[in-house]
Amino acid sequence: MLTFVLKRLGLAVLVALTVSFISFSLLFLAGDPAAALAGETASGEDIEAVRELYGFDRPMIVQYADWLVSALQFDFGESYYFRLPVASLIVDRLSVTMTLGLCGITFALLTAVPLGVAAAIRPNSVIDRVALFLSVAGQAMPSFWFGLILIVVFAIRLGWLPASGASSPAHFIMPTIVLAYYAMPAIMRLTRAGMLDVLSSDYVRTARAKGAPEGRVLFRHALRNAIIPVVSLAAVQMGFMLGGSIVVESIFALHGAGYLAWESIARNDLPTVQALILVFSMFYIVFTFLADVLNAWLDPRMRSS
Amino acid sequence: MATTEPLDPLLRDIAGPTPGQMMRKRILGHQGLLLGAVVLGVLLFVAIFAPLLAPHDPYAQSLMTRMEPPVFLGGDWAHPLGTDHLGRDYLSRLIYGARVSLLIGAVAAFISGVIGTTMGVSAGYFGGRVDMVVTFLINVRLAMPVVLVALAVVAILGGSLQVVIVVLGLLLWDRFAVVMRASTLQVRNREYVAAARAIGASTPRVILSEIMPNIANNLIVVVTLEMAHAILLEAALSFLGLGVQPPTPSWGLMVSEGKNMMLFEPWMVVIPGVVLFVLVLAINLVGDGLRDVTAPENRS
Repeated sequence: MLTFVLKRLGLAVLVALTVSFISFSLLFLAGDPAAALAGETASGEDIEAVRELYGFDRPMIVQYADWLVSALQFDFGESYYFRLPVASLIVDRLSVTMTLGLCGITFALLTAVPLGVAAAIRPNSVIDRVALFLSVAGQAMPSFWFGLILIVVFAIRLGWLPASGASSPAHFIMPTIVLAYYAMPAIMRLTRAGMLDVLSSDYVRTARAKGAPEGRVLFRHALRNAIIPVVSLAAVQMGFMLGGSIVVESIFALHGAGYLAWESIARNDLPTVQALILVFSMFYIVFTFLADVLNAWLDPRMRSS
Repeated sequence: MATTEPLDPLLRDIAGPTPGQMMRKRILGHQGLLLGAVVLGVLLFVAIFAPLLAPHDPYAQSLMTRMEPPVFLGGDWAHPLGTDHLGRDYLSRLIYGARVSLLIGAVAAFISGVIGTTMGVSAGYFGGRVDMVVTFLINVRLAMPVVLVALAVVAILGGSLQVVIVVLGLLLWDRFAVVMRASTLQVRNREYVAAARAIGASTPRVILSEIMPNIANNLIVVVTLEMAHAILLEAALSFLGLGVQPPTPSWGLMVSEGKNMMLFEPWMVVIPGVVLFVLVLAINLVGDGLRDVTAPENRS
């Protein structure tokens, strides 16, 4: 188990380093950062001065090493637009995004798992077909559009919920639904497939033969085993969700990290964009690492692969 | 058999239907696949013949006829789906928008398909270090937030149809690589592959004529998934204002433009969203259907 964890940790660190290099390279894709910083009216000398001030005149690899060492200390430099440390900007905004992500994954699990279990208990029944239809339809619906439709119906027409902002729990209801529905089809399908698999296994048949009540068979024996892969999928989806929050936050004007990313991209604020790509990637890397370790702990067969 | 003489009825009963007949029966018996294929076919037809089908020029503005409602909301037949805030015919823009979506879906899926399949098949076939490198690259790619990276790169390079297509193509290869690697692992030790090697077939030949045909069904399914994925992503990028730029008639952009008028004219948001939904649903239905039909034993 320890070897597995160490190997997996090494991989996670390597992936993180590679991602950091890629997000750093974005700066150079953008052309001359010094010219962009100095502004359109700057003279050649001004640009040179900015280049030296920010250290853009050094070799790229040196700049990367420098950036990386700072980033490890959670120092991502200063935002071009806000003129504030990027790290504090992100920390300020992360709580909204994390709240949204946690609400989203909780809501997705609470709706998709029962639906998947119900569908697996009676394959090809009405409920199974409804669940299948919902998952196929859910995957095809553009999330930004779904969000707008919710706003039109529940905020504008019915006036039940606030359309934008993050000042009360009610503000999070629609964003949570929009963020969650995208993860629901995958969770539902995996729960259904896992339950179908487990329900036809020997130990479930044994439990039934012993005369165990059906509820006990379903939840104590079957769901407990079927849920293992769902847990790791949920961790992965949580990582995706944080990345996907950029769309949701911009629709509902939730001022979280996703919204910050959108603003920074539109304003060409590269240090902030780089840092956000890195931070979102880190969340994904940490979540998948935890999911893999959890999986290996719950299911020893996974450790060898 | 060289002759195509009809079989003796008795013999036909024993032999059963041919694989082709069985396939045809499975395709025709699959409602989802048929429905998806018909809808996709219609949308493809609309996209190809857009100049003949569109009642107006999708770029022609008219200050006299701004924000006219669709027919079902009391508008007239001159503009069946009304006009937008610049007086452009909504139906015509919708029709040309099909071109943008399908083009982006097809080309982005093609680019990512070439990258991902090359990586996945090499990893599965050669194993060892190649496999390690490819698996690592897949991990790196999965760790990067797609929407964020795509937005940032498109913003840096400037939003145009070509840039969006290339960026999406370069980002969406992960599923191709994962699925093609797994499929190749499944077939690479089969007897027919060993036989091809035994008669001295070269590695490219083994891959192209023994491996590829046997994993093609999985490839087609991933192509449909990634087409749908690319279309939705383009719409999201354009909606956020950092994808395809105005005045291109992109459905995502139309939703974004309609957003400001959403309070009074919700149809401006509803209509492009519905067609986007229908297109992606049709592609997904075709993908799911093809998976069921080509590998009925894997049906969940």
